[in-house]
Amino acid sequence: MTARIGVVTFPGSLDDRDAARAVRLAGAEPVALWHRDTDLREVDAVILPGGFSYGDYLRCGAIARFSPVMGSVIERARAGLPVLGICNGFQVLCEAHLLPGALTRNDHLHFICRDQRLRVENADTAWTRAYTAGQEITIPLKNGEGGYVADERTLDELEGEGRVVFRYLEANPNGSRRDIAGITNAAGNVVGLMPHPEHAVEDLTGSGTDGLGFFTSAIENLVGTA
Amino acid sequence: MARVVIDVMLKPEILDPQGQAVQRALPRLGFDGVADVRQGKRFEIELEGPADEAALARVREMAETFLANTVIEDFTVRVEEPADTAGSGSSR
Repeated sequence: MTARIGVVTFPGSLDDRDAARAVRLAGAEPVALWHRDTDLREVDAVILPGGFSYGDYLRCGAIARFSPVMGSVIERARAGLPVLGICNGFQVLCEAHLLPGALTRNDHLHFICRDQRLRVENADTAWTRAYTAGQEITIPLKNGEGGYVADERTLDELEGEGRVVFRYLEANPNGSRRDIAGITNAAGNVVGLMPHPEHAVEDLTGSGTDGLGFFTSAIENLVGTA
Repeated sequence: MARVVIDVMLKPEILDPQGQAVQRALPRLGFDGVADVRQGKRFEIELEGPADEAALARVREMAETFLANTVIEDFTVRVEEPADTAGSGSSR
């Protein structure tokens, strides 16, 4: 049985095609999900892709969070469905309170676009099992509002429970607190990060293939629990 | 009809790089003596009915769940009195 991984398209999503392609290259079947649908079409996992959903109006991810599809995603995520939010998808997950904290404008105000070195801090989530804790990977980073913030108590809690999944290495690119690039919920099924693993899945077009492990992790996870 | 104004500001402990950029630009333009600038959002909402306590409770709920992200932002809600519209001009 092939795993079915849904990729949501909001108006203004940009990286839904790349995410679907990464899913296919990893060996699963990508399933297109539309923001106005409440039906998740029996997918085994969901990816919220990068882009500028609803033009980033109000706040990044604030309007997408109330779209019909997110009602279903939130309900299923709370019940354990693996959900990965990339960039704008991470912002949507924070706005939906599936993940704590918020993403704010980069402290230097510039849009940033570069290959970013990260350390995988937690290789025990639904989306990082193909990695080992401490492994260093390089995937693209491209955003204007990627500064991760949360109050000190939340940051301590994330660190204490091993829920910081990725940390920026070398220079902090956006002012994120404690160099946080990605986090997970307590159950480990919901993961959000600012960098883009879906752009690093084959040598021809990417900065390498370091991102492929996200998608193979999800498949392994699904096969393992089936 | 009543107008309700909701001001949304980043919490004091949240860095406001846009406000800082504005502040840094001011001396270049000859505006000295500004110690700090914080940038926020203002929503003007026209209610269909009066701004009674029930309506204001709904506006506060709207601000809490949607207009502001209370993880990083604070908001205030106030009813704007229509009295000062005549001849007040843009500078007060």
